[in-house]
Amino acid sequence: MKATAWMGTDSVKVIDVPDPKIMNARDAIVRISTTAICGSDLHLYHGYIPAMRKGDILGHEFMGEVVEVGPQVRNLAPGDRVVVPFPIACGHCSSCQRGLYSVCENSNPNAGIAEKIMGHSPAGIFGYSHLLGGYAGGQAEYARVPFADVGPVKVPDEISDDQAVMLADVFPTGYMGAEMCDIKPGQVIAVWGAGPVGLLAAASARLLGAERVIVIDRFPYRLRLAEEHIDAETINYEEADVLDTLNEMTAGRGPDACIDAVGLEGHHGNAAMYAYDRAKQAARVETERPFALRQAILACRSGGVVSVVGAYGGFVDKFPMGAFMNRSLIMRTGQCHVQRYTRPLLERIQRGEIDPSFIVSHRMPLRDASKGYKIFQKKQDDCTKVLLKV
Amino acid sequence: MSSVDTVLLSELDGPVPATLPSALGLLSLALGVGALIAPGPVARLTGVDDSPAARSVLPAIGLRELGSAAGLLSGRRPAGWAWSRVAGDAMDLTLLGRALADRSGDRRRRVALTTLAIAGITAVDVLAAVRVGRARRARARVIRMQIAVTVNRSPAEAYRFWRDMENLPRFMAHLESVRADDLRRSHWIARGPAGHRVEWDAEIIDDQPNKSITWRSLPGTRVPNAGRVRFVPAPGDRGTEVRVELRYAPPAGALGRAVAKLFGEEPEQQVRDDLRRFKQVLETGEVVRSEGSPNGISVRQQAMQRPAQPLPSSRR
Ligand SMILES: NC(=O)c1ccc[n+]([C@@H]2O[C@H](COP(=O)([O-])OP(=O)(O)OC[C@H]3O[C@@H](n4cnc5c(N)ncnc54)[C@H](O)[C@@H]3O)[C@@H](O)[C@H]2O)c1
Ligand SMILES: [Zn+2]
Ligand SMILES: [Zn+2]
Repeated sequence: MKATAWMGTDSVKVIDVPDPKIMNARDAIVRISTTAICGSDLHLYHGYIPAMRKGDILGHEFMGEVVEVGPQVRNLAPGDRVVVPFPIACGHCSSCQRGLYSVCENSNPNAGIAEKIMGHSPAGIFGYSHLLGGYAGGQAEYARVPFADVGPVKVPDEISDDQAVMLADVFPTGYMGAEMCDIKPGQVIAVWGAGPVGLLAAASARLLGAERVIVIDRFPYRLRLAEEHIDAETINYEEADVLDTLNEMTAGRGPDACIDAVGLEGHHGNAAMYAYDRAKQAARVETERPFALRQAILACRSGGVVSVVGAYGGFVDKFPMGAFMNRSLIMRTGQCHVQRYTRPLLERIQRGEIDPSFIVSHRMPLRDASKGYKIFQKKQDDCTKVLLKV
Repeated sequence: MSSVDTVLLSELDGPVPATLPSALGLLSLALGVGALIAPGPVARLTGVDDSPAARSVLPAIGLRELGSAAGLLSGRRPAGWAWSRVAGDAMDLTLLGRALADRSGDRRRRVALTTLAIAGITAVDVLAAVRVGRARRARARVIRMQIAVTVNRSPAEAYRFWRDMENLPRFMAHLESVRADDLRRSHWIARGPAGHRVEWDAEIIDDQPNKSITWRSLPGTRVPNAGRVRFVPAPGDRGTEVRVELRYAPPAGALGRAVAKLFGEEPEQQVRDDLRRFKQVLETGEVVRSEGSPNGISVRQQAMQRPAQPLPSSRR
């Protein structure tokens, strides 16, 4: 089959690899119809996630048709159209049973390496480094889906591929980002990053009853999506001082909750600040560029929530612990526990409460994956989300 | 009950070294008492009753034997006391050699018989001393570990799975097979490096249903080992804390090096991986595999990942 492989920093290639086969009794094989490129894939693309190997198949957002199931999979049959959550989760460990699927205790066969870096191991993730399991990803013609009796959700005909594939990651992730804010009537929610995750976090904050939603980024075309589809207010951090503007907008209180939907590759309007962390990151003294996170902490109302869905892999410098501690802030974070959200969010789409596919800007054939990565990386051609069609 | 050290490993502190030194201790006691309270008959018996010196030398020997007896029977530093007996034997043989040289007839015959008997005892003493020393060195090499994992299953389920010893290779990576010979005894085969196999028989020596299982290798094993697993209810209704204690004594020399390789450079990590697989098998039904780690969790595989791509058909 054809599959998108990581070939080194800033390089992916569609190559020929063997077709996947059932390896565990609870596996299914899915023939992929639509798969997406994610901001998380850019962290791999840029070489910021350790333990990648040349030839690793990328992709953790995908959907398609079940073509084969292992002997222990009874809820699915060949022909079923399904969307697959990105965390691989067994459904039976105590984490899974508490709904914490992205920290499943059994799905990372390389847990030993992850423990050395993170203390304990999170779940395995499709196409997301050997640190998180060494699983082949779904930017391919076929994928093996472990624990197919737990993760995949059947998609009704009236839901399009473009809508359904949002359930693999970005919609649940954005939704969890908003849910962690514990939104009460009248509250103001600020979101850093107007990528797919930030936009869907902002949209979800609306669904959950936020009074005002403020989205911060530097790309006007992305901020425009926030204004048009979510009725959000926006701040372009290259044009205005974010902290001043937020204080002004909230009459000095600060947002009640701040969502970091940027992650470890933040960008900074101030060239000197950017250069400081960029250089440390290049020298591997620091693994992250946590501009958005630092700003979100400083901006947040005292006693408020900082909700972190942007991805981090290692260590952060200059963490404003003083502000965090003295102002009684709360941080909530995590890789999304997608399995918890797929069904309820599918229902919201069915009821017409939201159409998350408003973020999709590009659709192209799988063979053009390399081009898709380039334009998404460089934010060319007003790119927000690239779907690859198989 | 808290430590597997209380489990007897026959080669290390079990019957062989423990009984031989105490048997020798009793022999020393008998000889010592005899030489002290009846030096006359003892001198006649051994053929040295014609020597005026024998009357004073024999009680000294008796005292020496009593010292060895006390040491051997006390069980402390058995190797040292066993060698003290060998030294005593050497002294006796020297004295007897001299006695033999200037005697003749029936006396000479009695001295010769005594020499023969002492030589036999010396051989046993040397054997015992060597054995006790070997056991002590093996004890010094003993590797002990205590590792635990929490499994989201009841103690009864975890116990039942482990109690069927034939299940062990499903999660213990270095085991090729375990065959249960009866409810207590089993035969284990471990995969070694370069196709070498290490085999041994083991027995369950303590079995507390749903609570713990204790086993050890049978005498004669080249890699004496013992283990205990306890199944403790995890607080807060979170299943079972499976607490494993293991100890094994890799032999010296080439086999020892092979065994060391078998367990890798980080034996604890291997056992930890075994327990992770135990958890996977109990919670999910089998060992979890990825394309990068097609054989499931293991330190070695983590270091030698294949690309995250489907396996070629030949490797399935
Ligand atoms: N927690 C999860 O489960 C989860 C799931 C998916 C993605 N993620 C992470 O979410 C993050 C966003 O993903 P995405 O697909 O939306 O990526 P994206 O690259 O499309 O979006 C990131 C956006 O952040 C903006 N940005 C950069 N620096 C900024 C700053 N200082 N202030 C404000 N905005 C800034 C960029 O301009 C860009 O628009 C990534 O880190 C990704 O790995 C997490
Ligand atoms: Zn994603
Ligand atoms: Zn799990």
